[in-house]
Amino acid sequence: MTTATTTTYIGTRLQRKEDPRLITGSGLFTDDVTLPGMVYVSLVRSPHAHARIRRIDTSAATKEPGVVAVLTGKDLEATGVLPVFISVPKQSTSKHMPIATDKVRYAGDAVAAVVAETRDAAKRAADAVTVDYEPLPVVVDATKALEPGAPIVNEELGTNLVFTYPVKGGDIDKAFGDAEVKVSLHLVNQRLIANAMEPRSAAAKFEAGELTLWSTTQIPHFVQLIASLNLGLSQNKVRVIAPEVGGGFGSKLQVYAEELLVGHLAKTLGRPVKWTEERREGYLATVHGRDLVGDIEVAAKRDGTILGVRIRTVANMGAYLQAFAPVSATILHAFIIPGPYIIPAFDIEIRGAYTNTTPVDAYRGAGRPEAIYAMERAIDRLADEIGMDPAEVRRKNFIPPDAFPFNTITGITYDSGNYAPALDRALAMADYKGFEKRRAESKGRGNYRGIGISSYVEICGLAPSKANSALGVGWGGYESARIRVHPTGAVQVFTGTSPHGQGHETSWSQIAADALGISPNDIEVRHGDTFESPGMGVGTFGSRSLPVGGIAVHKAAEKIREKVIQIGAHLLEASPDDVVIEGGKVFVKGVPEKAKNFGDVSMAAYVANNLPAGMEPGLEATVYYDPPNFTFPFGTHVAEVEIDGETGAVELVRYSACDDCGRQINPMIVEGQLHGGIAQGIGQALYEGAVYDDNGQLLSGSMMEYHVPTAEDVPAFKLDHTVTLTKTNPLGVKGVGEAGTIGSTPAVVNAVIDALSPLGIKHLDMPLTPEKIWRATLKSKGEGKR
Amino acid sequence: MITHPFSYQAPSTIEEAIATLGRSRDGKVLAGGHSLLPLMKLGLAQPDTLVDIRKIASLRDIRAEADGTIVVGTLATHRSIAEDRTIGAKLAALAEAAAAVGDPQVRSRGTIGGSLAHADPAADEPAPTLAFDAIIRAIGSKGKRDIPAREFFKAPFETALAPGEIAAEIRFPAQPGRTGSAYLKFRHPASRFAVVGVAAVVTAKADGTIERAAIGVTGAAEAPFRATAAERAITGTKGDAKAIAAAAAKAAEGMTTLSDLAASSEYRRHLVSVYAKRALERATQRARG
Repeated sequence: MTTATTTTYIGTRLQRKEDPRLITGSGLFTDDVTLPGMVYVSLVRSPHAHARIRRIDTSAATKEPGVVAVLTGKDLEATGVLPVFISVPKQSTSKHMPIATDKVRYAGDAVAAVVAETRDAAKRAADAVTVDYEPLPVVVDATKALEPGAPIVNEELGTNLVFTYPVKGGDIDKAFGDAEVKVSLHLVNQRLIANAMEPRSAAAKFEAGELTLWSTTQIPHFVQLIASLNLGLSQNKVRVIAPEVGGGFGSKLQVYAEELLVGHLAKTLGRPVKWTEERREGYLATVHGRDLVGDIEVAAKRDGTILGVRIRTVANMGAYLQAFAPVSATILHAFIIPGPYIIPAFDIEIRGAYTNTTPVDAYRGAGRPEAIYAMERAIDRLADEIGMDPAEVRRKNFIPPDAFPFNTITGITYDSGNYAPALDRALAMADYKGFEKRRAESKGRGNYRGIGISSYVEICGLAPSKANSALGVGWGGYESARIRVHPTGAVQVFTGTSPHGQGHETSWSQIAADALGISPNDIEVRHGDTFESPGMGVGTFGSRSLPVGGIAVHKAAEKIREKVIQIGAHLLEASPDDVVIEGGKVFVKGVPEKAKNFGDVSMAAYVANNLPAGMEPGLEATVYYDPPNFTFPFGTHVAEVEIDGETGAVELVRYSACDDCGRQINPMIVEGQLHGGIAQGIGQALYEGAVYDDNGQLLSGSMMEYHVPTAEDVPAFKLDHTVTLTKTNPLGVKGVGEAGTIGSTPAVVNAVIDALSPLGIKHLDMPLTPEKIWRATLKSKGEGKR
Repeated sequence: MITHPFSYQAPSTIEEAIATLGRSRDGKVLAGGHSLLPLMKLGLAQPDTLVDIRKIASLRDIRAEADGTIVVGTLATHRSIAEDRTIGAKLAALAEAAAAVGDPQVRSRGTIGGSLAHADPAADEPAPTLAFDAIIRAIGSKGKRDIPAREFFKAPFETALAPGEIAAEIRFPAQPGRTGSAYLKFRHPASRFAVVGVAAVVTAKADGTIERAAIGVTGAAEAPFRATAAERAITGTKGDAKAIAAAAAKAAEGMTTLSDLAASSEYRRHLVSVYAKRALERATQRARG
């Protein structure tokens, strides 16, 4: 049995242990790895979005000073195709070579790699590689890619259709037959570019038959697995290290060509190798996110009761299918569209399409922001249609608190929820009641003011391995943790998660500290090195780290605690049932003066001459935790905007959110995640969007064109929370990494459309740029005159 | 990363700088480096010589001459201009334009001379330079040459500076009493350059009517320009809201406006009018004290 965990440190605002290192610049990032004799890689990338490679002439590049090697696709064929870990029904999977061999399929596709003594020399020589291209017709738009006669991106597949993914529940025909009111929207969820602060980088060395690969990755163990398989090395001879990683947002949730390339080069050249992406290169060759176009229809009664939802969507997958790409468009999208509402009938079909664009994969929220955006826009459209307060339409359709666990129409089971209090608190913070007065004041200034609500539920805690298997995910969704207590009592936690900004070193310390009865300052959390951590870690994405990886840490700490109590009781000549650990002391409850130090007990575990009969020496525990269900955090966000009546520029004047992620381990980290997430969602609503021309050239190809919001673009956020525990795991935690991004985008768009609704404007697609709004107001004014 | 080789020179006098520039095949003057270095990193500029003029301390000065001319040295940073009290009092539009450049880091290193000589069509400071009828004093191997602002900006990244000439100082003539000015900008969210920036300089008579107005517009066209039709329209009026709106509507008259991802040509023309109106309103208010 285990003693109940106390919460001395869980729930406190412990300062982030990793920050001094990051703030003072002493942390080691992949590009900081510089080794004697190191050579550098520069990739030659296609300027064409679609072209056959007739001939590559590397002779001039080879003669450039400092050049060590020039490789083309043929030289890399042995390293095999890049992995796709997902297989949804009838999926047509592209053959994605690390360097293109026959043709290029997007502008930025790699055609050659130059290795040289210095970075400059590699880049100069890359310019000297000449490629004879035969340009082919280009398709950029996913809907057009599925039309007959469209250029085929991956010819061996004979089609651009990647998958057709239906999810159905209830009687959709009856729902629309019975409907008193129907609303529909055509929605573009535009393509985004992740722009992690740290560009991608990979470095490798090969010594004594062992490959060490440093990478900016969210999933070091998968990189290790694929590097081992594809480079023909025994897995115990491949060490992958994700050192400090500066953000990912899904864009580093891949096994990329460059990782295999530097591994291959280190092995074949016998010299350390490094490649680091340039920012502009990253715009082209690091996966993009979102890019869905769809139609949503809602059937309802006049009183606001929703009867059914029907959606048809096309998802742009880009030129190749990436590691987890189908998940965002299908599973994490379709199943959660009902959000916090009772939807009696549901019918969605999503088609994925190949196009001549940069491949698309997970981007913060990964399918859930797209889902909640569609539903929350439709709710507002319905409220407008029936003349009802959008807050009341939401409240009317909320799943009631006594209905949990709740089986949704899409066939998943929400663990816990209580949606109305979060809505109420968000509305109160936003002074929703006083809004019409503020709208009138803005009108007096010649401006438009609007308020927008978004209520969401998301899926976190990816994932129960059985569910993964049923959904076509080719790997379990567990997470691992190992805790090693050294003889002196020093504690190390090795986690399979791979943080890149999330603060796991702090939160995992808090979790382990409470289970072990010691201070978080006495616990070191280590991550990202496959030679240190347990045999497999799944990694950090999908708001999974806490509800899966954090629980693994908790369970491993409970195992240690159990053994410390057993040994402590033995040393104290007491019953284990009476022994507690508090403040680093092990003692019989009520007799703290007769205590053993935590370190005395750990020393006894290793000295091993006075242990309970039959007990194994040592103090170490490894846990693989497979969650029984997903977790379902929720919340309501409210945005208020004022739009310049002359220019159409949007100012976000007020932002309030009440989120519920279950128990909070470190409220400061929770707030940090929400701040970043909300800002990122605002980015999609107002600023961001990848723009291609018809030839497949990325026009928004740098930070001079593509605006990622900064602190200057957002108001001070008012945050509140409710706590609805989940029974899915012993800590009652749900995850919060993506909540801000999911909640904010629809709230901001709903606010803008609310502001413009007096002009008769029903919808505008993101990003809501000043010109787009100005044009819409012009048009409606023009129509008003007629 | 800058992959092409170049020679770096840092002379301590302007004569030496001009001589070094003259000897080079394709030399470029380096001041704050905030325009030139990005171009070099992209390979769009590949000078064989960089002549770093930052050691020439005299080029950094901001001073007022006896006749009221305010002389801004080419090396004056945007930040030093934005914070200069005399400029704030006499040339508000210039101070506001300097304060609107980029971000604090850019303002602390970037220079007015660099901005004008680079002639990015979306740079801020060309607008007040035009509206105040400033003179760009260039120094070359043949000596000094004064170039009126209206003749200085030729095309995107092209000025009236001859090869081998350095824009040494920007001379802002004394403004008459009852003059007010303002710079307002519609900022590109990502680059922070001006999608449209308008500097208005207004001189009012004692009775409040508009005696003279100058409007410099940046960001909208291939080169910054003076909105002369709007200037004529506002002159002699009472400078009331109606007169300002009517004049501002003519601000883009005769101009071919740029079109890009941030703003179409049509929207830019609209923004020119809106920002001309707002800048005129503020400048007029200031002129009347």
